[in-house]
Amino acid sequence: MRKLTCDACGHVNPQGTSICSECGKPLQIDSNDIESNKSLLNMRYDGSAVRSKTHNKSIVDKIWNFFSSVKIGVTLIVITLIASAVGTILPQEMYIPPNVQPADHYKDEYGIFGQIYYQLGFHNLYSSWWYMILIALIGISIFIVSIDRGVPLYRALTNQKPTRHESFLKRQKLFSETDFVSQDDQENIIFSLKKHRYKVREENGHILAEKGRFSRWGPYVNHLGLIIFLFGSLLRFIPFMHIDDFVWIREGDTVVIPKTDGEYYVKNENFILETYDEEDERFSEAIKNKGMVASNYQTDVVIYKSTGTQLIGQDPDLAEIKQGSIRVNHPIKFDGYALYQSSYQQNEFSSISFKIHKAEDKDEKALANFTVDLTKPQSLYELENGYRVEIDQYFPEYFLDEGVPRSKSKYPRNPAFVFFVYPPNQGEPEISFAGIGRNVSSGEGNEYKVGLTGFEMRDVTGLSVKRDYTLPILGLGAAIFMIGVIQGMYWQHRRIWLHPKGNGLMIAAHTNKNWYGLKNEFAKIIADTEINMVIDQEQEDD
Amino acid sequence: MSKIEDANIRKRNKKRNRLIFRTIILLVLLAALVFALVSNLTKEKSMIEKGDQAIPFVLKQLNGSNDTLNLSDLEGKGIMLNFWATYCKPCEQEMPYMESLYPVYKEKGVEIVAVSVDATELVINRFVEKYQLSFPIVHDRDGQVMDAYNIGPLPTTLFINPDGEVVEIVKGPLTLSRLEGYLQQIQPK
Repeated sequence: MRKLTCDACGHVNPQGTSICSECGKPLQIDSNDIESNKSLLNMRYDGSAVRSKTHNKSIVDKIWNFFSSVKIGVTLIVITLIASAVGTILPQEMYIPPNVQPADHYKDEYGIFGQIYYQLGFHNLYSSWWYMILIALIGISIFIVSIDRGVPLYRALTNQKPTRHESFLKRQKLFSETDFVSQDDQENIIFSLKKHRYKVREENGHILAEKGRFSRWGPYVNHLGLIIFLFGSLLRFIPFMHIDDFVWIREGDTVVIPKTDGEYYVKNENFILETYDEEDERFSEAIKNKGMVASNYQTDVVIYKSTGTQLIGQDPDLAEIKQGSIRVNHPIKFDGYALYQSSYQQNEFSSISFKIHKAEDKDEKALANFTVDLTKPQSLYELENGYRVEIDQYFPEYFLDEGVPRSKSKYPRNPAFVFFVYPPNQGEPEISFAGIGRNVSSGEGNEYKVGLTGFEMRDVTGLSVKRDYTLPILGLGAAIFMIGVIQGMYWQHRRIWLHPKGNGLMIAAHTNKNWYGLKNEFAKIIADTEINMVIDQEQEDD
Repeated sequence: MSKIEDANIRKRNKKRNRLIFRTIILLVLLAALVFALVSNLTKEKSMIEKGDQAIPFVLKQLNGSNDTLNLSDLEGKGIMLNFWATYCKPCEQEMPYMESLYPVYKEKGVEIVAVSVDATELVINRFVEKYQLSFPIVHDRDGQVMDAYNIGPLPTTLFINPDGEVVEIVKGPLTLSRLEGYLQQIQPK
């Protein structure tokens, strides 16, 4: 490893240093830089060596140096941005209708482009392995870049000496030289610097006035926040830390809460859907225009904990732990879980009542009544006056499949029955078909008919099951990120060097941003003195 | 001992420490990356896969002489675990195949268990009567077993060998010859 010895003070600097850390004299790395001798100094990282540039030997160092490159980091970010944009061209898989095959959907809706999009896996882009690797590489890059630059910068700034080499001052952007400065003016400027809240340090008449150094840590604080944020999102893969599931519950039912390993159960006591009052004049006009507007979705629930261990499928022993109402944005919380109101269905029947009457009776006078509980239909109903009804077939969601009655699902959304009606003292049943909105007796010569007299419906509530212990971590990361942004954004690291030369004074000023502000401030500092205003050497060159 | 030697030793230590530091950090970051990738890949996978042990359960049996069926009681037998429902047409189509092979393979130590995910016993009973099914039909009313096995489309059939290991998972209906092939695979030797 080549060391750089400063020819002014003899200090040995590590390779890659551009400004001697001891006296501030610019170090010439090779003859090409002679050209830049007159030009301004590059003050990035205060001229200290970025650690990765110092040596490059083992494989570990090579990997380290790869990630340490800001160019690589920016490239990764740009690639990720492009990929993220590509993911928005067509809807992601989670946003397409749930009842279609993704392969067909993309092809049918978007043609050959959609097909390619699907086949490249862009329909699940944000959870693809390569997208995750990109994000992870950015994280690694941020981490290593911060260590590699933050540490030397910190050292350089904490170790800086008030005495800087002449050429260091001369090659600053803001510089002035005053041939004669009176003792009074020397005191005035120091007083004035202090008044402007500069920290003033002195060494043999050389002065360094500095303020806002902590703004230099802004980017690193910001990166720390990002890394905490990425770490938090990594924890979301652990089921203990993060759960996001969904469960449908019919009124009156008790079901196991998913992702709780069968530990918790929830009972839907009642689902309530309230709408704004049509009579209320505040709403009546809007309701007339737009139709009914919901004012409340609510599920009254009881939460149970299962005691003891059961095999799957066995009825659990339940102990009530909580009772309450879930409304939109007002979840019920228990033992780290939260249940949110997120969906509902209203089209399910829970029971249907029928009567038996004579087919030719115009008044349809009930000879016998019965009610079928759709959650537990019996096969035989013994009725008053000696009638009996047997359910031959039950179709919860009735439809005709090429002329054959079938059920679409197990949910009683359109229940229909084939009944065997046994009149009193008769061995042979009559066959009747009955359902919502239809009651046909299948036999022509049927003496009896089964008619609908009423029904009860029940609602189904859809609850989201959530647990998220990563939120505090994500919040912390985001807060630290913002602190870093504010720190670096609203404060500037300003330095003013005073270098006595004979009876005069050389002055250089540097800031990491807002040169205009620094110039104004400097003008105020020297206002009551004969000291020359600093000249912007960069502008002069132009 | 000169200053130069001291400096060299210091330099060597510094280099070594730096190498250790960098290696540790890179390893930690790599571990985090691998963790994220593996978690993401396994997230959507079904809970049960070929080679896994069958998950024990107890369900109400709707036909035959037993009231309940405990899967663990069938240890030592090959088990065909069929998930179905009365409203599922392909399930209905494969039932006669299962019924026709059942008596033969029951003799050879293979049990067929059909798990219905219907809502009511009535519809299952009517179905069993219609097809005269003799193998055990159990009722997974709350869908708990279906969830535990993470069954997607119906029918889905698992073939479990006498050691309780899932050797085959078939999504969709089976033909008679394929069914027989799978049954032979789980037949105790």
